[in-house]
Amino acid sequence: MARTVIVGASVGGVRTAQALRAAGYDGEIVLIGDEDVPPYDKPPLSKALLAGTTTADRIGLLRANAAAEARVELALGNAATGVDREHRQVLLTDGTSQFYDDLVIATGARARPSPWGTPPGVHVLRSLADAEALGVALRAGGPLVVIGAGFIGAEVAATALGIGLDNVSVVDPVPVPLSRVLNPDVAAVFGALHTTRGVHTRFGVGVTDVKETGDGLEVYLDDGSVLPAATVVVGIGAVPNDDWLAGSGIPTDDGVLCDSHCRSIEDPHIWAVGDVARWWHPRYGRSVRLEHWTNAVEQAVCVAHNITHPEALRDHTPVEYVWSDQYDWKVQLVGRTGGEIAHVRVDGADPERSFAVLYADESDRFIGALTVNWPKALITCRRLLNRADAVPSSLPEVRALVDDVRRAARMGAR
Amino acid sequence: MVIVKADLEACQGYANCVVGADDVFDLDDDGVVVLRRTTIEDSERTRVEEAARSCPVSALVIEDD
Repeated sequence: MARTVIVGASVGGVRTAQALRAAGYDGEIVLIGDEDVPPYDKPPLSKALLAGTTTADRIGLLRANAAAEARVELALGNAATGVDREHRQVLLTDGTSQFYDDLVIATGARARPSPWGTPPGVHVLRSLADAEALGVALRAGGPLVVIGAGFIGAEVAATALGIGLDNVSVVDPVPVPLSRVLNPDVAAVFGALHTTRGVHTRFGVGVTDVKETGDGLEVYLDDGSVLPAATVVVGIGAVPNDDWLAGSGIPTDDGVLCDSHCRSIEDPHIWAVGDVARWWHPRYGRSVRLEHWTNAVEQAVCVAHNITHPEALRDHTPVEYVWSDQYDWKVQLVGRTGGEIAHVRVDGADPERSFAVLYADESDRFIGALTVNWPKALITCRRLLNRADAVPSSLPEVRALVDDVRRAARMGAR
Repeated sequence: MVIVKADLEACQGYANCVVGADDVFDLDDDGVVVLRRTTIEDSERTRVEEAARSCPVSALVIEDD
């Protein structure tokens, strides 16, 4: 019987197992995870789980009975340490190995470690254990210093404020955080959001050190100032978990290098899914690695199709989609945004808190959007981008369509 | 027949379901899921289940009648 081994039991791995069954795969499926807990979902870790409004057992991705029903063998608490391609074996920490016909690498990414060491009180946030430890620390009170004003840092600051901390600072060396994914004038709105909610922002200032004091921590900044902290969260990005493949002959370069079918460029029976996959995106004409939940799910479906349909391989050509919940704002990004590309802002029903920003390439073709507190506009944009190959849309055309969404909502309200 | 259910409290308006199966799912003006149909044919099940699995908050359930 055919046998697929999936390494990594987060959303990419779990969804690959489920999608294999949905695609009619009848062989054995083994799902290997390094953590000794049932598979769980990660987006709530910086939001509802940290806030205490949900619990670990409610963010499960694949319960034991669902795994049994789908004939997925769970092998948890046992990290993969290497691949013996000659004998088609995945090698595990406990000294055992697993034979595969097809191997799916879905080991994700880990938090980029703190460059200032990890004295007690310094946290990162990536795993359930991280979130539980951070939750305990936050409930002991502030001050909290968050280093990095990206999505994770912003969500942690917002959640901390929500559970009652009154001394929260966010530090980022970039003068306007998020200005890499959003153009500076749009990104500035999110910096201002922190300030209006009562978070102290120190943007354009770097961290030089984090030191233990007698009863806490001190964060040293490159303008000479020092921030006292009970808890420090380092949210400065993630690195793909591909180092365990060293020596296996599976090429990696900031992720597992794959062709357009998400298949290793070196081995037609090895695939990669999720944050660890760097695949050739045919529409962009370059390799891409995405740390997005929705991409992991879509890539899992693509790889499951390709394992079960070797005669009809599909390219993975997603339109990127990522979201962030900051305070009571719902921020959604689709396609390509930011940088120096042309953009136009469209106001929603309440321009103070709902709006869309539409982005276009140099030939004025619509390529991406940011929406804030406006899911209906997001749908319009995602639909257009998903069929962008067939119907190039100009920015004015898309603007008119998004305007229509607002007008329709007003009509409905009457 | 197959039944489609949505947890309106859990829904966060991420809209993956609409992208996956816009003949079954839509969002209202507040960004909450709307079921355009509450039953689907067996032949649609795989496609609609795939859309349901793309929900980041697992707000959608597909089950037998």
